[in-house]
Amino acid sequence: MQSLSTYLRKNWIWLLANVGGLIPLVLLLQGVTGGKWVDPVAEITSRTGSAALIMLIASLAVTPLNTVLGWRQVIPARKPLGLYAFGYAALHLLNFIGLDYGFSLQAFLADALLEKRFMIVGFSAFLILLPLAITSTKGWMKRLGRNWKRLHQLVYVAGVLAVLHFFWLVKIDITQPLIYGAILALLLVLRIPQLRQFFTGLRMKPVPNSTRKPAAQRERVAKAAAVSES
Amino acid sequence: MIKISSSEITPEHVFLSRRKFMVGAGSLAVGAVALSACAGMPAGSSGSAAESAPAAGVKRLDTSMVPAALANAEPTAGATTDELGDPLNDYEQITNYNNFYEFSLDKEGVNPQSKDFNTLPWTIELAGLVNKPQTIAIEDVLKQFPQEERIYRLRCVEAWSMVIPWVGFAVGDLIKLADPKSEAKFVKFTTVMRPEEMPGQRGRAVIEYPYVEGLRIDEAMNPLAIFATGMYGKPLEPVNGAPFRLVVPWKYGFKSIKSIVKIELTDTMPVSTWMKAASSEYGFYANVNPEVNHPRWSQATERRIGELGRRDTLQFNGYAEEVAGLYSGMDLRENF
Repeated sequence: MQSLSTYLRKNWIWLLANVGGLIPLVLLLQGVTGGKWVDPVAEITSRTGSAALIMLIASLAVTPLNTVLGWRQVIPARKPLGLYAFGYAALHLLNFIGLDYGFSLQAFLADALLEKRFMIVGFSAFLILLPLAITSTKGWMKRLGRNWKRLHQLVYVAGVLAVLHFFWLVKIDITQPLIYGAILALLLVLRIPQLRQFFTGLRMKPVPNSTRKPAAQRERVAKAAAVSES
Repeated sequence: MIKISSSEITPEHVFLSRRKFMVGAGSLAVGAVALSACAGMPAGSSGSAAESAPAAGVKRLDTSMVPAALANAEPTAGATTDELGDPLNDYEQITNYNNFYEFSLDKEGVNPQSKDFNTLPWTIELAGLVNKPQTIAIEDVLKQFPQEERIYRLRCVEAWSMVIPWVGFAVGDLIKLADPKSEAKFVKFTTVMRPEEMPGQRGRAVIEYPYVEGLRIDEAMNPLAIFATGMYGKPLEPVNGAPFRLVVPWKYGFKSIKSIVKIELTDTMPVSTWMKAASSEYGFYANVNPEVNHPRWSQATERRIGELGRRDTLQFNGYAEEVAGLYSGMDLRENF
């Protein structure tokens, strides 16, 4: 029992990210098998799309949570959240090509992909997430070295494209894309080095009654900054 | 297109309970619903009859107050397909999937949000450039104009479609009653404004209310254009625009304005709600046209509700023979 509680204490963030990541899938399967949807294809499209965007934005929130709020324990959530974002994006695309366009690649290309800007940006976002998902393993991290981080910074572009995709596809009510867009903008702005340093500095300012030693403080700042890089 | 029969996807207990409900309801018309449900119908919702029930105290037209065509005789001759041989969508689909922003922005949310809507008393005002302006009650409309069934395809601008057995009568018949003046060139229709019964009209609105639509007078007089009062041989449900709506089957669905209270003849082109909301995306004509795309998405194909895959969209939604003449010499790309 002792080991289980230790395991939970160490990994609860990672577990939470996985449980949260699977919830949309469970709801989706429930809906599909429940037979209550009048237009299941449209329902699957919108639900997988929303899930992908939420996971992507959640994964992008991890780094600022660490740099701005100093919540380092959250970092293990980043990878699963990113992978769920890719997974739901893949389901989203598969549903679109398969159930919606009946696997007629030609119709899909002519009717949708090459024709419409919302499709072009959405598909581009997927094409960015694909190599990021493939190279998400420790092995690829080692193999790519410093380039791994550069490659994975493309996720910012994917986020912007995904929100743009949403903006361009809604008929008239842009409330939801606006909300996602605002959150994404905030998360990206918090990555600007000057801002990040400002927040890190705020957090590290000596508190009057602190018993912490200056040297330890400096070390923590350095550590936090290192972790916040990606 | 891959057609899936309902028995393949609908869980058996849902399928059986739906049949039980149909049989229980007992009328001929409802029998026809069940028939069509068996005839290869779809990923149907098990959507419940209870959901459509009005809230306590709400007044609605019921079958005892309406003529035979609405009471039980239709769909006539047990029709289960349109003239192209495509099966009717079932009653549950039609009453649970629809855009009617006055109730909800969510197509499946409209029905549950329309419980408080009264369709009685209901009057329709005939006004504008007419010699006999008048206000007519819905009961008199039903008595005065023989109601007949029209099975039409409905193509939404969002690229989904259904086949619906409307009950109604020609738009021209009612307009003639008001005796339009010679300078009348357009017909303007207005939806009821009732924020207390239509949640979408309260608070934050994404389009302007009351909803307004328009037709050229020759379009309105085309025999295909109808005012619908019923569907599947029953009075319309609020979700579908009760008690009185326009159906113009060769135009995108948003032209077929619902729950109409005012019809005005004008000499200037009415500005419709969607033209006002996004003039670059929605024009006055809004004819179904696979060759003229919405600026942001394709109109070349559509998804028939209940089917997987897509089917090609037909010029004028398959009614070109009857209506193409209205637009001869016009640039349909220009006049979208």
